Amino acid sequence: MSTSANGSGTGALSATRPTEVSQLDRVVIRFAGDSGDGMQLTGDRFTSEAAAFGNDLATLPNFPAEIRAPQGTIPGVSSFQVHFADYDILTPGDRPDVLVAMNPAALKANLGDVPHGGTVIVNTDEFSKRNLTKVGYDSDPLADDSLSAYEVHRVAMSTLTQGALADTGLGKKDAERCKNMFALGLLSWMYHRPTEGTERFLREKFAKKPDIAEANILAFRAGWNYGETTESFATTFEVAPAKLEQGTYRQITGNTALAYGIVAAGQLAKLPILLGTYPITPASDILHELSKHKNFGITTFQAEDEIAGIGAALGAAYGGALGVTSTSGPGIALKSETIGLGVMTELPLIVIDVQRGGPSTGLPTKTEQADLLQAMFGRNSESPVPIIAPCSPADCFDAALEATRIALTYRTPVLLLSDGAIANGSEPWLIPDVSTLPDLSVEFATEPNAPDGSGEHWPYVRDPETLAREWAVPGTPGLQHRIGGLEKADGKGNISYDPDNHEKMVRLRQAKIDGIDVPDVVVDDPSGGEARVLALGWGSSYGPIGAAARRVRKKGLPIAQAHLRHLNPLPANLGEVLSRYDTVVVPEMNLGQLAMLLRAKYLVDVNSYTKIAGLPFKAEELEGVFTDIITSSKEVAR
Amino acid sequence: MTATDLGLPRLGGLDLVPTTDEPQKAKDYKSDQEVRWCPGCGDYVVLNTIQSFLPTLGLKRENIVFVSGIGCSSRFPYYMNTYGMHSIHGRAPAIATGLATTRPDLSVWVVTGDGDALSIGGNHLIHTLRRNVNLKILLFNNRIYGLTKGQYSPTSDQGMVTKSTPMGSLDTPFNPVSLAIGAEASFVGRALDSDKKGLTEVLTAAAQHRGSAFVEIYQNCPIFNDGAFDVLKDKDEAAQRIIPLKPGEPIRFGPEGEYGVTRSGWGGFEVGKVADIGENDLVVHDPTIQDTSYAFALSRIGDQNLNHTPTGVFRQVERPTYDDQARAQVEQAAQAKAPNLQALLTGKDTWTVA
Repeated sequence: MSTSANGSGTGALSATRPTEVSQLDRVVIRFAGDSGDGMQLTGDRFTSEAAAFGNDLATLPNFPAEIRAPQGTIPGVSSFQVHFADYDILTPGDRPDVLVAMNPAALKANLGDVPHGGTVIVNTDEFSKRNLTKVGYDSDPLADDSLSAYEVHRVAMSTLTQGALADTGLGKKDAERCKNMFALGLLSWMYHRPTEGTERFLREKFAKKPDIAEANILAFRAGWNYGETTESFATTFEVAPAKLEQGTYRQITGNTALAYGIVAAGQLAKLPILLGTYPITPASDILHELSKHKNFGITTFQAEDEIAGIGAALGAAYGGALGVTSTSGPGIALKSETIGLGVMTELPLIVIDVQRGGPSTGLPTKTEQADLLQAMFGRNSESPVPIIAPCSPADCFDAALEATRIALTYRTPVLLLSDGAIANGSEPWLIPDVSTLPDLSVEFATEPNAPDGSGEHWPYVRDPETLAREWAVPGTPGLQHRIGGLEKADGKGNISYDPDNHEKMVRLRQAKIDGIDVPDVVVDDPSGGEARVLALGWGSSYGPIGAAARRVRKKGLPIAQAHLRHLNPLPANLGEVLSRYDTVVVPEMNLGQLAMLLRAKYLVDVNSYTKIAGLPFKAEELEGVFTDIITSSKEVAR
Repeated sequence: MTATDLGLPRLGGLDLVPTTDEPQKAKDYKSDQEVRWCPGCGDYVVLNTIQSFLPTLGLKRENIVFVSGIGCSSRFPYYMNTYGMHSIHGRAPAIATGLATTRPDLSVWVVTGDGDALSIGGNHLIHTLRRNVNLKILLFNNRIYGLTKGQYSPTSDQGMVTKSTPMGSLDTPFNPVSLAIGAEASFVGRALDSDKKGLTEVLTAAAQHRGSAFVEIYQNCPIFNDGAFDVLKDKDEAAQRIIPLKPGEPIRFGPEGEYGVTRSGWGGFEVGKVADIGENDLVVHDPTIQDTSYAFALSRIGDQNLNHTPTGVFRQVERPTYDDQARAQVEQAAQAKAPNLQALLTGKDTWTVA
C-alpha cells in the first residue's frame, strides 16, 4: 500500500525545527470567520491538500444565505469543516478537534461544538472591544478564564500578515485580506500537509493579478513559518494516507458529481442534453458546471422562471433530447404542474431537487430532507414518479445515471433528491473507468404501431414488460400524433373522458412506476444476523448513520444498517427485511416522512428519529439513539 | 444585437426545415378528430385558413409541430395532422422554446389565447419574444375566458359585465400588439379571423421570418362575447376602421382612401384626413425599422373600441435568434474541445492508491 499524489512530493516548504510529532488516525478542523474572510476557500484548499496527501476526507461547508451579512456578527459567520483520516470515514465529523476562529463572532458561534481539551486558534487582532460588544461578549474571552478548558493559541494573524506583506507595496487593507492564507499556512504546517498544490492554485486563480497571487503565497508561507519558528506550537500532527480501495481518486462535491453524472448520461444515452433551469441556492452550481461543458452537446437554458426551466426541458424531451431541470426549495413547488404533464405525456425527464431547509424560502444554505413527500405526492391527482436519492457527494454521479436509466427506459419524469449537505460537501471519488459505465442508449419509434393495422401511430401503445410507451419524436414520417395533459384513450391516445378508460389509465400509470426494476436493499450486519435492531435511512444521512453504527458495534452492541437509494418504488425485498427485526429505527432530517411511508406500506411501527436543524446528523448523536434503542429492546427481551 | 458576432448566415424561418415535392392539400392537415368548438366559433375559420395555408409552405408534415396551452384555442393541435402537444396553462412558449432550441429541423407553432398568453403565461410570452426563439405564436384574442365559461380576460373591455365581474371589470386591458413590441418581438402582426386573405398573408410572412413571430388574431366567441369584432366585419364600418399596413406604401384607409396616418407630437402617430395632412406627410409603412418606437407608435393608433385598427405586419426586423446562437455555442465548444468524458471525470488533481 502506497500513495502518490500528482504534483505533490517535497513541498517548497519543509519542516526543520524539531517538534514532537503525534500520529493521529483522524482529525476534524473547522475554519470559521466572517463571511468576507474567505473561509470557504481556505477550507477548500486544506481539503485539496488532504486529498493530495491521500487521506480519506469529508467536508461540511456552512455559510449564511446573505452574500455579505453584517460584518463581525454571528449571522455573518461562515465556516468550513473538514474531516480527514487514515481510514475510510463517512461523515464530515461531529465536533472539531481544532477550531480556527478569525473573529469573536466565529468563536462565539462555534466554541460550543469544540470538545473540552480541543484546540482553538484565534486571530487576536479582531478581538477589539467593539467587536466583542457586537456579539455580546461582556469581557474578552481571551483575557478571562472562559477558554480554560481548551488549548488556546493566540495569534495576531492580521498584524503578522500585514507585516509579511509590508514590502509588497500592497495597501494595508488588501494585505490584511490575505490573513486566511496565513491561517491556512499555519494549519498546513501543523498537519504536515503538502503545499505545492495551494501555491499553484493561487497562481492560477490570480493569474491576471500576479501581485495578488504572490501576496497570498507570501501570507501562506508566513503562516507556515510562524508555526515553524515561534515555538508556541510544541506539537505537530501526522495523519497517514488512508488505505482506500485501489485506483485513481479525485476530490468532488455532490453538485459537481451530479453535473458530471448528467454529462455522462447524455454520452451513454447518445442524446443531446437540454438543461432548463433557474438560479437557486444550492442547486445553481449544477447549472454553472454544465454550462462549462457545452462541447458534450449540452445546451443550458437559464429560463425566466422555474416553470419555464422545466417546460423547456420537457419540450426538449418531446423532441428526443435528454431533458433535465434542477432546483431547490420552493423551486420544486413551482415545477409540480409540469412534472404532472410529464407523467401524463409519459416523457423522460430528470428533475433534480437539491433539498434545503423550508417551508417557503426557509434556510437557503442549510440542508434538510423534507421534500420526500412532495416528491411522492406533490401533484394533483394520482401522479406517480420514481424517486432516487444519492447517499454521498460522490454517489451523486451514480444517482444521475440511475435516474437517467429509469427515465429513458420507462418514459417518465424522475425525481432526484440531493440535499444541501452532499451538494456542497466533498469527499474522495474513485474515478470510474468510462468503459465500465452502463449503456443507456434508447431507440426512437420509426414505424407506425397501431395494432389494428391501420398504419397509424398510437401514442399509448405500451411495451408489455416495462409498460413504457414509444418515444416517437417529431420529424419521424408517418408517426404524427398528438399528446397532452388531457386524459387519453388507452392505446390510441385520443382524448377520452370514458370512466372505464380513466380508471384503466390511472392504474396503468401507477403499475408502470410500481414495476420499475429496482435493486434489492442490502443489509450490512457484521454480527452475522445477531442484530435485532435495523437502522434504515435514505439520502445524505448515510454517513452519520453508518458512522454511528460502527461506534455502536465497537461497544459490542450488534446493529444492522440498510440504506434506501430508491424511494419510489421501494426495493421489492424491503418488506421482508423490515419484518426480520424487532425494531427499525429511521433517522431523517424531517418530521418522519419515510417513516410515514413505511408504516403505510408495510404496517411496520418504525421508530422514527427526526431532526430539522439545517445541519446533518452527528454520528455521536445517532450513536446515543441507537445505543438506547438496542439496550432498551434487550431489556424488554429479558 | 448580440455582444458576440457568431458569424451566423442569415436564414429564413424555414430554411432548416425539410421540404417535400409532394403536393399537399388542406385535408392532409386535418386529423381524424371531431372538432369540438361551439357552432359559429371563430376558431373554425382560423383552423381552416391554417390548414389551407400550410400546404403552400411545402414542408414535410412530420416536421411541423403545434404546441398549445389551455383554453378553447389550445385544443387546436388535436385537429391538425402534424405532431402536437396540448400542454398546460400559459406554458406553451416555454415548452416550445426547449423543442425549437434542440430541433432546428422543426417548424414550431404555438397556439394560445388571450388568457393563456397574457394572464397566466405573460411571463413566458415576453421572454420568448425578447430572446427571439424561432417559433410562431398565434394568439387567438376573443377578449373573454371561454373554456371556463365567461369570465373577463386581460383584453376585455374595462367595465365589462361578466360572470366574475357583475359590477363591471376594473382591469385596464392589454393591447397585445403593443405588449409584444414592448417585449422586443422581431415580428408582430395582426389579422381578423374572418379575413382569410389577410390572415394568410400575415401567417406566410410569419412562417418565413427567422425568430419569434407574434400574430394577434381577433377571434369571435359566439357564446360569451359574441360580436366583439363585428364593427370590423361590417363592410362599411370596416372601411372606416381597419387600417391595412402595406410595406413601402403610405398608410391610408377609408372607403376612398381619404384618411391617413401622420406624425403627431412626442413621436406618436395620429389619424386624419389626407386632404388635411397632405400626401407628402403620410407615414410610409416600413416594418423593418429596428427602433421599436415606430411599430409601437403604430400599435397605439389602434384602440380598445376598434375605432381604428391597424392590421397586417407591424414589425419585421432581422435579429439573431436565441436558438441559432445556442446551437452555435454548442458547436463552437465542440470544435474548440472535442468531448472526452474520461478526461472530464478525471480532472486535474488526482491521486492514486496502489
